Amino acid sequence: MCGNEALAEAAIIAGCDAYFGYPITPQNEITAYMSRRMAEEGRVFVQSESELAAINMVFGASATGKRAMTSSSSPGISLMQEGISYLAGAELPAVVVNVMRGGPGLGNIAPSQADYFQATRGGGHGDYRTIVFGPSTVQEVADCMQLAFDLADQYRMTAVVLADGFLGQMMEPVVLEKKPGRKLPPKDWALTGAKARPQNIVRSLWLPEGSLEELNHKLQAKYDRVQADEVVCEQYDTEDADVVVVAYGVAARIARSAVNKARHEGIRAGLIRPITLWPFPTEQISMAADELRIFLTVEMSNGQMVEDVKLAVNGKAPVLFHGRPGGGVPTVEEILERIRQLSIPRRVRTA
Amino acid sequence: MKTVFARTPTLKDCPTHYCPGCGHGIAHRLIAEIIDEMGIRDRTIGIAPVGCAVLAYNYLDVDMIEVAHGRAPAVATGMKRTNPGKIIFSYQGDGDLAAIGTAEIIHAAHRGEQITVVFINNAVFGMTGGQMAPTTTLGQVTATTPKGRSAAREGYPLQIAELLAILPGAAYVERCALSGPARVRKTKGAIRHAFELQAEGAEGLSLVEVLSPCPTYWRMPPAKAMEWIESEMIKVFPLGRLKG
Ligand SMILES: Cc1ncc(C[n+]2csc(CCOP(=O)(O)OP(=O)(O)O)c2C)c(N)n1
Repeated sequence: MCGNEALAEAAIIAGCDAYFGYPITPQNEITAYMSRRMAEEGRVFVQSESELAAINMVFGASATGKRAMTSSSSPGISLMQEGISYLAGAELPAVVVNVMRGGPGLGNIAPSQADYFQATRGGGHGDYRTIVFGPSTVQEVADCMQLAFDLADQYRMTAVVLADGFLGQMMEPVVLEKKPGRKLPPKDWALTGAKARPQNIVRSLWLPEGSLEELNHKLQAKYDRVQADEVVCEQYDTEDADVVVVAYGVAARIARSAVNKARHEGIRAGLIRPITLWPFPTEQISMAADELRIFLTVEMSNGQMVEDVKLAVNGKAPVLFHGRPGGGVPTVEEILERIRQLSIPRRVRTA
Repeated sequence: MKTVFARTPTLKDCPTHYCPGCGHGIAHRLIAEIIDEMGIRDRTIGIAPVGCAVLAYNYLDVDMIEVAHGRAPAVATGMKRTNPGKIIFSYQGDGDLAAIGTAEIIHAAHRGEQITVVFINNAVFGMTGGQMAPTTTLGQVTATTPKGRSAAREGYPLQIAELLAILPGAAYVERCALSGPARVRKTKGAIRHAFELQAEGAEGLSLVEVLSPCPTYWRMPPAKAMEWIESEMIKVFPLGRLKG
């Protein structure tokens, strides 16, 4: 199964009631797959007239307590930002998949990680966060989906799955099964018709003085809980590493090969792979930076996550960057060469 | 003593924030009465627009949502598709529906979404200070047409009801007005019909356009505003059933 189809089926297994989307490469397999499978399941599929409409259809379905998702690629995700901001303000759960492509503008349809800032900083207007996953294999893309729906419901937030053209198109064996989900709070806020209860209102406008500030404090307290409890991150051969590569998604797969080759050459290299990009594994990277080592962030962009790595390291160690923007993909050789260069100081030290 | 008239329960017992002579309050009351008469309060979900009616949920005692400017028909689509048994209505102004949200209303109608739309045409953007709307009439002075709207500069008034009526997905389209008791009664009948069609499961979207006074930004007293609907607006926006 390709990554796009695996994530679509995983969403169905996770109990997605409704899918709304507008075609864009490289995620068209999701829309096509959903059009067939959601109908088979007796669930809702609508091909919307735009991404603007798609995210607002998600908004409507979610407000009634249903599990709703949309998927798109970079330009379409830009159009959804207004809606994602409204979802944050109204505290509605939603799942948004971004199969990233090269930008800016229409860019190209090659894989990219250039939407990291947009996803991890909120993306639209206002002070808010979304939960962001950066899976690295088709299996992990699929596994993220259930967690994304669960976390979205638990925290009443948007969960974004950041994949890229490679992951979307890549064929890999994958096990799709329903895992025991989280225990979730009841959706007593949902709009279901005011039957034997007072009216429910879903809104994001807060005019009385201080009321919006209060909402923002409440949101921030929620984001702090997410940061404390929901970080997922893999550490690979980092224990004794002199050079720690930090990478996510497809870049992390390539980086892992480079780390393995470096180890063969006797270079002590390791990999920290954030799986949640927000909440970011700040704590894990900060602890790794307590040892004497050099960090190398590898991305398919001109350097976005590297800023979070620097914030986490907070001056305790050098943080370098290797990236390829605009649909370029770093090679194992390129990364290995950077690791070799960075490992020289230790060789000199120990000589 | 016999009660001959009382506030309908779905209309909350509170003053509104609307200007004197504004039509929104009348339209709210009609909707509340219809919901109570049809006995559908416990399965109705309303959508408030961005515009002067953004706080409609403070006056209408049903489950309600406030959505981004112009996107109500898309939100309604998400709600109705996942809840076919519920009654979903959106309440939108002419900036919301005929300017920024044109794509959403056209495509909701084009898909034949089984929703009800109450479209308040007051020929201006009220909330932001009386700027030109697509429905502003030729010669009308607004905050952004200080010399009056000119067809050459700003185009002709946009007739959304006529546009929608040609779509097979639109089940019912009617244009009414709030200028006088007889007109208000007619408007109520039209909105009620739009709700009934949805409740019966009729295929397609039902929309009632309501010509509604905005004395503040028409810069005239409330009584004059009612006259202006009769003398000017109806010429550009003829009343009547356009579809269904
Ligand atoms: C995306 C966006 N653009 C602009 C606005 C500002 N705005 C708020 S209401 C409005 C126009 C409302 O006019 P109308 O829909 O005619 O409703 P009325 O206030 O007249 O009832 C505008 C432009 C906004 N809130 N959001």
